[in-house]
This record gives sequence, structure tokens and C-alpha cells, in this order.
Amino acid sequence: MFKGNFINNLPKIYGTYTGGFIVFIILMAIAEQAGMSAKVIGICFVAFTVLIYALIGYLSRTIQVDAYYLAGRQVPTVFNGMATAADWMSGASFVAMAGGIYFKGYGYMALLVGWTGGYVLVASLLAPYLRKFGCYTVPDFIGTRYGGNLARLSAVIVLTVASFTYVTAQINATGTIASVALDIPFNIAVYVGLASILMCSMLGGMRAVTWTQVAQYIVLIIAYLIPVFWISNKMGAGVFPHLMLADEVARIAELEAQFGLGDVKNSAADLKQVPKGLSGITKAHAEVNTTPWKFISLAVCMMAGTASLPHVMMRYFTTPSVKAARRSVGWSLFFIFLLYSSAPMLATLSKLSLMDPNLATGIIGKSISEVQAIDWYQNWNQANLMFVSDFNGNGTLELNEFFMGGKAVVLATPEIAGLPYVISGLVAAGGMAAAMSTADGLVLAISNALSHDIYYKMINPKAETAKRLLIARILLVLIGFAGATIAALEIQGILGSVIWAFDFAMSGLFFPLVLGVWWKRANAQGAVAGMLGGLAAGTAYLVAVRSGYPGFLDITQLTFGIVGSVVSLVLMIVVSLATKAPDAATQKMVDDVRVPSGKAILGRQH
Amino acid sequence: MSKQAQHWEKTRGLLFVTLAIWFVFSIGIFLFGAEMEASSIRPFGYPLSYYMTCQGSLGIFVILIFWFAGRQEKIDEEFGFSEREDD
Repeated sequence: MFKGNFINNLPKIYGTYTGGFIVFIILMAIAEQAGMSAKVIGICFVAFTVLIYALIGYLSRTIQVDAYYLAGRQVPTVFNGMATAADWMSGASFVAMAGGIYFKGYGYMALLVGWTGGYVLVASLLAPYLRKFGCYTVPDFIGTRYGGNLARLSAVIVLTVASFTYVTAQINATGTIASVALDIPFNIAVYVGLASILMCSMLGGMRAVTWTQVAQYIVLIIAYLIPVFWISNKMGAGVFPHLMLADEVARIAELEAQFGLGDVKNSAADLKQVPKGLSGITKAHAEVNTTPWKFISLAVCMMAGTASLPHVMMRYFTTPSVKAARRSVGWSLFFIFLLYSSAPMLATLSKLSLMDPNLATGIIGKSISEVQAIDWYQNWNQANLMFVSDFNGNGTLELNEFFMGGKAVVLATPEIAGLPYVISGLVAAGGMAAAMSTADGLVLAISNALSHDIYYKMINPKAETAKRLLIARILLVLIGFAGATIAALEIQGILGSVIWAFDFAMSGLFFPLVLGVWWKRANAQGAVAGMLGGLAAGTAYLVAVRSGYPGFLDITQLTFGIVGSVVSLVLMIVVSLATKAPDAATQKMVDDVRVPSGKAILGRQH
Repeated sequence: MSKQAQHWEKTRGLLFVTLAIWFVFSIGIFLFGAEMEASSIRPFGYPLSYYMTCQGSLGIFVILIFWFAGRQEKIDEEFGFSEREDD
């Protein structure tokens, strides 16, 4: 199947795969009717999909350097778009995004705008030029463009800090889902998740990760869209929810007023009873609830971070041409858009089904004892994702007496809306796919930078191919284990660390990457100062804010990238201008990068 | 001016246009969140501020990238810098 004309057969192969997956869903639905238990269905979904990914990973094994690092530079535009979308959409996007929108409304939407707008920067400023460069990794570009091991090393440092922050969150997410679906303790589930991640990437590097990511995208998008459309139709909200939920949004505003949203503040003593991580509805669903600066600063950080995160950028090194890289960015964003535009709709449907007394599923305004007797309430209460308490003692559930975890919006809504359990199993498989695909991309980005840039380029340039690939694989396993070990400690919530990763990447890499293409005068000294200075400034600000410093300009621990990147830009310009201009060969290299035709700067094998 | 310099000038021009459109829909309009919310323009019946964050800006970015890619391909062709298929 993976021989000969593999690339030309791709549509057929993945078409068959998609068909097969749908047949599997139908079989599970039939099995459910026949009495298969919810737990077994959940196990089947996660186990079956993970085994398929592992099989793809095994079939894509390789002993070629360019296949291991670049998937042979033959990934077609649309498929690379799907792989990037899976690489991009993490467990956080899948499991936590709708919940964030549900609880925080407009202020949270800055993330959606930022995480999509960033791709315009990727397409116009960076991806086509880095593809022309022909580098294996992002530090490979920095090291060759600016010259010198110090620049290369600095880029590896920034990459490792940003990607490692991100990957612990993803391994954490695979662990959470594996522990729920397979019913095993979290600290074991983390390693089960890790094993699945390594199976997809170890033997085939980028090639294996590419083809598993395409498969994972198909699973995750089916798993996200089916419930949204199904719930919307079941509630009679609209055949096509994205265009038809205006009345529902208006109805939520009406109910918020009716139930007195924000009228009653819970006392600190009452809130103490609420399990950690759960929150009540405190913000209006569709109102503008933040200042323009807060919204824009968060969006800007996410956009610049998107353009600097190496695991995304390196996906565009795998296309056959510069032209394909550019178009591929468009396809990536299109596939991302399919999920992102559905998340607010899911949040709306979820909130309405819980709030509206005219719907059978509405619980606000019912008696507390009635709510506590509902099956799904008991399930999710047990999973520590839902909680009610009669604070005012009137026996009725008020809006301020209902608490839910952010993940419940995606995980529990199908059950609340009365969809068969097979959908919940499907959602678990989707979440697993989302978290695994991102973790794969990240672990590979880090281990490739260490094996190619540190080991091969700096320590042992004479290493043979077999040895290089062996080192790459050993590092992959080590990085994975380090990530899993830290994930098991659970330092930050899933989303918190994801946002930090963007700020770290933006602080250290955004300007060195962009100016590397767009400013010929930028030199190695400037780039090193920009990378290390930016990273240090951003980190210092983060640490200061975390330890009580009030900060300035409303820059918070979520937007510290602004501090880092401004310092980075200033240092880079000042130091570059104060030192010698790059030599003629480097200037010529930049000229060559700017036109698509001609040979790549770095060859297929380097 | 050499062919390459002309090509780069046009490429830069396209970049500025692209980034200007990007700026409007990622930053510009969100300076006016409250105004958008009160606006009588309601796409599909949603408040404008809500719509732009859910779909509007996101969809415009998708279209913008494809438009940009198409324009850049034209510029590359015009100056003979397109890649050959077998490159």
C-alpha cells in the first residue's frame, strides 16, 4: 500500500480510510443498541484509532535522512494542510476551546482571532521563503542565514523552551483522555499516551508524523462536527448551526436577564465548596466584555506566536515547491477554520440546552433534588466536571449555583442533549487524535533540532546517516519521557501552558525569523542578541508577574510576549547596525531565498 | 533596475496590501468592539462583534491567504521566477 505510486494514490487511500472509520462508527452504534456497555465502546474507539495511527507510523518507517526530516519533500498541498491542521489543533483546541468560549465569551475569542490571523503572517512573511531555503529545522535556517554556531544554539534554546512548555500540556491531555476512556489512573495513562505518541513518530520521523497527522485530522474533524450538527438539529436550532443560531444567541441573553446573571455574588465560603477547576456562568454570552487593548494584545501575541512556533513552520518544509508551501498555508487555515468556527456554536448549544426551561434538558430553575437525580449529572459530577449546591437554601437551582468544568462543554454536551453514547466515544477518539498529533509534531520539532542542529551540525558533522537517525530516535524517546514526567506533575492547566508557549516563541523567534528574510542588514550578532535578549526579557516579565509584580500597560502573564518581542526587535536592530554588515555571500543567499525558482539553499541531503 | 529588484519591489507591495487587510480584520475592527455590538449590521442575525470573532475575521483570513498566494504566483510568473514543475 505504501509502495510505488503512494503519493498519487493518497486521495484513494484516505478516502478508504475515512469510509472505514465511518463504518466503524456505525458498527459501534449497532453494538450499542445490542447492549454493549458505554465503557467498552469508549475503549474500542480510543484503542482502534490509536492502533491505526501506530500501523501508519510503522508502515512509514524510513532510513533516509530527507524522509526522516522532511517527509521526502513530497507532501501534496491539501494533505499538508490537513496534517498542519492536526499538528496545530491541540487537545486544548479540541477539548477546552468551546469551554473557554462558554465561560469567558468575547474576551476569550481573541484567541480564535489570533490563532487564525497568525496564518496570514505565516503565508506572507515566512513559510514560502523558509521552504525555498530548504532547511530541515527552524534553527537550521537561523544557523545558515546568520552563520555561526552561537546563532544556531540560541535558536535551539528558544525552540526548546517554547515547544517543551507546549508539549507537556499535550501529553497531559492525552493522559487525561486515555485515563477517562480506558479507565486507568492518570499517572499511568500519561505513559500510555506517550507510548502511542512515540509509536507514530519514532520509526519514520517526519514522514510517519505527516501521514498519521492526516489520519488524525480526519478523525478529529468528524468527531467535532457530527455532535455540533446533530445537537443543533435535535434541538431544532437549525440545520446548519453556523448560520442559524442567531435566535439561540438572543435567547441566551434573554435567559441571562431572566435568571439574574451577575445579580448574586457567591460568598467566598460558598465557593470553597466548589471543586477545583469548575466555574459558574458569570459573563454574558455574546456581549463585548473586555477592553479593546486586552483583546488586541492577546490576539497579537497569539498571531506572532503562531508565526514563530517551529512545529508549525516545519510542516511547510515538506511541500514539493515554494508555490505549494504558500497554498498549503491557505488549506491549513481552511481546515482549522472548520473546527474553530464550530466551537462557538457548540458553546451556544451547550449553554442553551442547560439554561432553557422550555427544553427538556434545561436544569436552571428546576429543584436541586431533581437535578441531582439526573443520570448525566451524576456521571459528570463523579468525574469532577459538574457541581450544584443550594447556596441560598430555596431548593431551586439558580444560575449562580451551577458549576461546570471547561472540558465538559465538549465532553458532556452530547450526553446532556441525549445523543447515543457512541458519539461520546467518538468525541474521546477525536480529543485523543488532537492531543496526539500536536504532541507528535512538538516532540519531533525538539528532537530534530537537537539531533540535527546540535549533534550533527555542531558536535559531530562527520556522523553517518545511520548514526544520525539513531541519535534522532534516542532523543525523541528521551524528550517524550521528560515531557510525560513533567506532565504527570500537573503544574499549569492545559490552556495556560499553551498560551505561554506562544509568548515564549514570539519573544525569541519572531523577529529573528522575519528579519532574516526581510532585512538583509540583519547579522548574526543582532540575531543572537534578539533571540536571547527577547527570551530573557519575556521570561523575566513572566516570573515577575507570577510573583506579584503588577506589570505595566495591562500586559499579563498571558501576553508577556509583547515585552519579549519588543526587546528582541530593538536589540536586533541596534546590535546589527552597531556591528559589521553580513558578507556578500550571505546577502546573495537572502536574494536567492526571495525568488521561488532555482535550487534550494540547502540540499535534500545535508 | 534589475529584474530581481523589480520582482522584490512588487512582492513587497503585495505584502503591504496583504498586511493592511490583515491588520484591519485582526486588530482594527476590535478597537470598536462596543460599536460593532451596537451596530445595526447583523450578519445572519448575530451581533456584529460576535459574528466577527466566531466566523467573520476567521473566514476573511482564509480567503486572504488564497488571494495572496494567487497574486504572488502571478508576480513570480511575470518575472520568470516560477519554479519548474520538476524542481
